[in-house]
Amino acid sequence: MRRMLLMGNEAIALGALRAGVTVAAGYPGTPSSEVLETLVKERRDGVYVEWSVNEKSAMEVGAGAAMSGARVLVTMKQVGLNVASDPLMSLNYVGVKGGMVVMVADDPGPISSQTEQDTRCFGRYAKLAVFDPSTAEEAYVMIADAFACSERIGRPVLFRPTTRVCHSYATVTLMEDRDVPRAEGFSKDGGRWVIFPRLAYANHIKIEETLKSLADEFSDYPGNILSGSGRLGIASGGVSWCYVQEAFRGVGEEHRLLKVSTLPFPVRLGEEFLRGLDEVLVVEELDPVIERELIFLSGVLGLNITVRGKLSGDMPNAGENTPDYVRDAIRKFLGTSGDHAVTSSKSAAEPVPPALPVRPPTLCAGCPHRASFFAVKEAAAGHKAVFSGDIGCYTLGNALPLDMVDTCLCMGAGITVAQGINRVEPDTANFAFIGDSTFFHTGIPGVINAVYNGADIIVAVLDNSTTAMTGGQPHPGTGRSISGAPARRVSVSRVLSAIGVDDIQRVNPFDLPSAKAAVTRALAGRGVRAILFEGECVAVSRKHENRCEVDEKICIGCSVCVKRLGCPALSIREKKAVIDQSSCTGCGLCKYVCPVRAITGGEAA
Amino acid sequence: MTDCLIVGVGGQGTVLTSRLIGIAALKRGFDVRGSETIGMAQRGGSVASHVRIGRDISSPLIPRLGADVILAFELCEAARAVPYLKPDGLMIACDVIVRPAGSSEMFGIDAVSRYLRSSLAHIRLLDGEKIRERCGARGMNVAILGAALSSGSLPLSMEDIEEALDDRFDVARAEANKAALRFGARMIADAGLKSED
Repeated sequence: MRRMLLMGNEAIALGALRAGVTVAAGYPGTPSSEVLETLVKERRDGVYVEWSVNEKSAMEVGAGAAMSGARVLVTMKQVGLNVASDPLMSLNYVGVKGGMVVMVADDPGPISSQTEQDTRCFGRYAKLAVFDPSTAEEAYVMIADAFACSERIGRPVLFRPTTRVCHSYATVTLMEDRDVPRAEGFSKDGGRWVIFPRLAYANHIKIEETLKSLADEFSDYPGNILSGSGRLGIASGGVSWCYVQEAFRGVGEEHRLLKVSTLPFPVRLGEEFLRGLDEVLVVEELDPVIERELIFLSGVLGLNITVRGKLSGDMPNAGENTPDYVRDAIRKFLGTSGDHAVTSSKSAAEPVPPALPVRPPTLCAGCPHRASFFAVKEAAAGHKAVFSGDIGCYTLGNALPLDMVDTCLCMGAGITVAQGINRVEPDTANFAFIGDSTFFHTGIPGVINAVYNGADIIVAVLDNSTTAMTGGQPHPGTGRSISGAPARRVSVSRVLSAIGVDDIQRVNPFDLPSAKAAVTRALAGRGVRAILFEGECVAVSRKHENRCEVDEKICIGCSVCVKRLGCPALSIREKKAVIDQSSCTGCGLCKYVCPVRAITGGEAA
Repeated sequence: MTDCLIVGVGGQGTVLTSRLIGIAALKRGFDVRGSETIGMAQRGGSVASHVRIGRDISSPLIPRLGADVILAFELCEAARAVPYLKPDGLMIACDVIVRPAGSSEMFGIDAVSRYLRSSLAHIRLLDGEKIRERCGARGMNVAILGAALSSGSLPLSMEDIEEALDDRFDVARAEANKAALRFGARMIADAGLKSED
């Protein structure tokens, strides 16, 4: 048996391969992206993997493959599930033939997301079973159980890790592949795959029956664990379970513990846990799912038990849990304050730390987005203008000193939000910034909407030839597939042109005079205009040639370069500008802003 | 059981360092668990990698007052990590300060160093300029790892990490990293661990 050090997402991918997955699709999104990347790296024969254009497409590709009997994995982050919810809601009614696991990574905190939504609640809403692993090694085993469950009940199931499972790592012992028969292929089955009201009614009844029997079966599922004794109980799930374990490590005390790893809630096990208890503390992240189940079950059973958690105000209702917080909450609950309560007030003798820098995420040195934002900022100065943004690295353009993102809602929304603002304030220049991957994901319908309804907006496509924020995944505009093989390239400008955008300009953002001229020209026009800012992502190209340097004799230390660009390579030391040679890419943007031309080198743009 | 916290600023190589320790520990037959900062926060933000070596560890995050050793690639991040060190734990920090982009505020090396020395019983501050001269900005992380190995605070040998470097990199990069590893180790050995405790 091979032991490997695996990241949670790697364990999920290897677990899916062990379970016989042959079709996998998804859209990148932190913290889910490494699952498909690992599947591709493994290069197993007969396993098809794709980055789909968006999560809805991924879900539908998966649906077709699962209808044809293949074992299918679909991956996304929690907000991606919002995009894919339409096909998933209906697919549960239609059902699948091959096991289909929809891996949705939640992000308590949130660390890299717009929302703190809880996919377990989506599971309840969509009437789907949910598997909720606590660790990388549990995820490796559990995903095979999820495939088996899905295939047995003939419906898709959700698999919901969180960031601290996806991006934690652990020693995992790999097991032998499961024996999975080949996919039979698509069979028409007399209309089984066509959703109609009558079929929906009949299948709704079956779904409810299935959920009821799963609630019973899951009481025997090895991932749901009941242990200990006493009159005080602690219930938990997900990574919080690990923090609960940590709190009890080395402590001799025995208490009743319940780990819940599935939905439907394991009712029989829950009853066994509750009977004989006076009080329960529920430790979970995001929504109070286990807490509500236990309160509900206490009510059904007529038990007089106090359930403490988020609803009672005993646990925080937003943000992620930490081992320290959980330990302190447990000690408080058990009435044992412990020997070194961490959150207690510090002794007066302890030294006070000096002021430390706040470090918001920043656009990289040499990022083409900085140049694009700067060009628009310069050219639009003096105009009444609103800058709608979108999801990606370029959301970071909201930070000072650029301050060029006024709205950010969800994938693809910038283009349409700009139209709405423009309807209320027609005298405003409305810019919509959108990245190349986001443009293909959900940007295109918004442009069609603008052309069709005669909107007055400037679409600024920030094309850096990659999906940068999530780690540089290819997309339809890159001409590469997930495996790096050549793929048909879909051209952003030809798509815009086909939609009916007549005014399209393509510029190199690092050629600041030309970029500014393009913006000035667009500002003078009306209707739907587009500017394509084309500059490769520096994190992908890793170009560090011909770096810029400051001539100390000329530099007057005015710090204009630092204050206007916010480039991490630029700083002021001893009243002179300094360019960090290890991070400068030689983009040359600072040369344009220096009032005394003290900066040399860089690309000859 | 050894809990090792690695802190720095996005791009300084905390993820690589924790992976090298993890791979080497796995080869030695240890169980390893940990967590990394990946995604939006990586873009110039504060980052932390938790590496926990030993059996029966459940949490991927090290609790406060739990770290046996802290490797800090940046001085302000070292100060932020102080609450995580065990009273008898060792911090090895590089005395460079990375200022946030566009910030003109000064964060003095002296003030932060003083704070670290006054709050911690066992702290080793390494000369960041010297490391950068000898190993380059990209060799900093491995040099500090070398210092940690030399101080004996990880249950691993130089050879264990060298093997992990060989597995991970081509010959040229592996050799450059090994040189940085040995340079960091010598910085601790030459000064003598006891002198500054």
